[in-house]
Amino acid sequence: MSTDPAAGMSERGWPLWEVFVRAKRGLSHVHAGSLHAPDAQLALQNARDLYTRRQEGVSLWVVRASDITASSPDERDSFFDPAADKVYRHPTFYEVPEDVEYL
Amino acid sequence: MSSTYEHPRTFSAPLRYVPGAPMNTPGRSRQGLEGELAAAYLLGLADDALVYAQRLGEWVSRSPQVEEDMALGNVALDLIGQARRLYTRAGELDGTGRCEDDYAMLRDEREFRNVHLVEQPRGDFGREMVRMLWFATYQHELYTRLAASTDQTLAGIAAKAVKEAAYHVTHAATWVVRLGDGTTESHERAQLALWWVAPYVGELFTDDEISIAAADSGLGTLPSALLAPVRARIGAVLGEATLEPPAAPTWSSAGGRRGVHSEAMGYLLAELQHVARSHPGATW
Amino acid sequence: MYGNDFGDPDRAPLNAAETSMYADAVAASAQANSELLDSFEAIIAADQKVEPRDVMPEGYRQTLIRQIAQHANSEIIGMQPEGNWITRAPSLRRKAILLAKVQDEAGHGLYLYSAAETLGVDRSELMDKLHAGKQKYSTIFNYPALTWADNGAIGWLVDGAAIMNQVALCRCSYGPYSRAMIRICKEESFHQRQGFEILWTLMRGTPAQQAMAQDAVNRFWWPALMMFGPRDTGEHAIEGGHTAQSMAWGIKRFANDELRQRFVDMTVPQAQRIGVTLPDPDLRWNEQSGHWEFGEIDWDEFWAVLRGNGPCNAQRIAHKIRAHDEGAWVREAAMAYADKAARRAASAREKEGNAA
Repeated sequence: MSTDPAAGMSERGWPLWEVFVRAKRGLSHVHAGSLHAPDAQLALQNARDLYTRRQEGVSLWVVRASDITASSPDERDSFFDPAADKVYRHPTFYEVPEDVEYL
Repeated sequence: MSSTYEHPRTFSAPLRYVPGAPMNTPGRSRQGLEGELAAAYLLGLADDALVYAQRLGEWVSRSPQVEEDMALGNVALDLIGQARRLYTRAGELDGTGRCEDDYAMLRDEREFRNVHLVEQPRGDFGREMVRMLWFATYQHELYTRLAASTDQTLAGIAAKAVKEAAYHVTHAATWVVRLGDGTTESHERAQLALWWVAPYVGELFTDDEISIAAADSGLGTLPSALLAPVRARIGAVLGEATLEPPAAPTWSSAGGRRGVHSEAMGYLLAELQHVARSHPGATW
Repeated sequence: MYGNDFGDPDRAPLNAAETSMYADAVAASAQANSELLDSFEAIIAADQKVEPRDVMPEGYRQTLIRQIAQHANSEIIGMQPEGNWITRAPSLRRKAILLAKVQDEAGHGLYLYSAAETLGVDRSELMDKLHAGKQKYSTIFNYPALTWADNGAIGWLVDGAAIMNQVALCRCSYGPYSRAMIRICKEESFHQRQGFEILWTLMRGTPAQQAMAQDAVNRFWWPALMMFGPRDTGEHAIEGGHTAQSMAWGIKRFANDELRQRFVDMTVPQAQRIGVTLPDPDLRWNEQSGHWEFGEIDWDEFWAVLRGNGPCNAQRIAHKIRAHDEGAWVREAAMAYADKAARRAASAREKEGNAA
């Protein structure tokens, strides 16, 4: 296996999932965060480990981030693709800038 | 930690129980003998859990993905919890009043009753998932039955442990399926893992004096009775994973329940016990 | 519960997450923004939160990505020094607590990578930069954890310093980051208590245990102070305009020196209660200023460790890279299976469709 960063980039990463948690009956599902998993089953298992520490009685939803459609905050022409606004700024939409010299 | 406990030289002596013989052996009260046997049975369960937790703890910061560091850490935490409760109950049963750390940190290798499977050093991730699949499925079948134990404390421990083991089985099975039915490389590695684990699984299902006595008294359950259901469940997982069950192994591990371990156990115990033993009597 | 095992006559807060600073931040975060603020500048001026979909300056986005990623990396790398002690913990209770703590750190890293990803970067990019040495993490983890007592020192001092930084970040202008900080602070408060308790117990133990505790504090005190970064002004100050710009954007809320002083003021009385001596002969209460004066940090050491020449830098990264590389076949297998499963599902639906 290589330590070459370029090789890492070409490995297909696990897709992003959004996690929603309902802590107990009577409440609604609340967005808790996100995680990476290759498929729904592992996403659910990981979500249980990460966001509930396996408390019983907690309901979990996992949704592929790419399946979520969000409303646009404003109508001004902007960087965003108006046809299908996604929750996040899609990573390939922007040129990743050259490495800036940090600290 | 108990303040009156002293190192139990007597426990390295062979137990006097003979299957079928009357329980009232001269010089030893029935209660004392039963208590020792019961404790020994529980120690086998506790040591399995602790030793496997020790190996799983090594995966933290070494897993293929951070999510997996968390998942394996959770399994280890469950097993440590089981071990702690089982050790405490053993201390009540054998009349020594020993606490969990007395068992974990102060017993010598010959007194540990875990099977060889759980003490083996880590291999690759495939090997770990196959080991977990076998061990967790065994534990699930075991604890399902122990929930009806005549010992109320053990029954309570088992009721909780069943749910935990169910989670561990699901986790391992999910991965075995993905590795078996993933890439060519993962399939080969998973197949190799099955071949590696094969000599170690028989020991989980081997009856010995103590488990037979435990089953007779209603405290425990016969290991051999668990083989068929466990094998059936694992067979189903392997089928879905497109993996072949390996040929019968040419040798089988044995002796763990009598305190005779593999070479790996010495190193494992050194790491487990070194700090505690370096400071006799200390509180942490 | 664990946190109540020892007495605290003063009832003073043990860390920044137990002060009103934290409570205020949580309250501020919960306030709904009903105003329609139409620009980034307006949001910042109104001290409200910037959310992922808002228009923002590229510099703001890049600064946040860098800062959040460094923070996430710290949690992940931080799993190593303590993770190494899981198999050697001196009691089963300590083993369980330590395992839970390291797991929490993994979880925090994941929360933070999630927050960074809302800004349009993929986690794998950030990991690659970390492996290549192009992205930093907190320097404290480049110091070795040599004894059991180090786990106490790390919990008490390192988590204590981290919480001080993090409570400040709960007021960060970027919504996902500030919300992650609020959740993380709550969990880390628990960790800091564990560290304190470990040392407290050691100092009330055998002479060997007391020596172990004092030795760990001797090695971690100054590195903990260095966690707050370079001085804000003067000879050892940070170069360039990062600080001023970060302040203007609401990313940075307090100066390094201010947070460091708060940490010292909070921690010195705790050291006295534990019974350890802090390794600073210049430490002195200043009645006039109402603060603890402390000695000069060894800035040569600070910059050396920051630039990659600390005792464990190479080892920490090598360990991370090795785990990543050894796990590549596993990650690939998972993706391959996911693809197969998706294809099977698609063809099953097709068959159903044809049969209908």
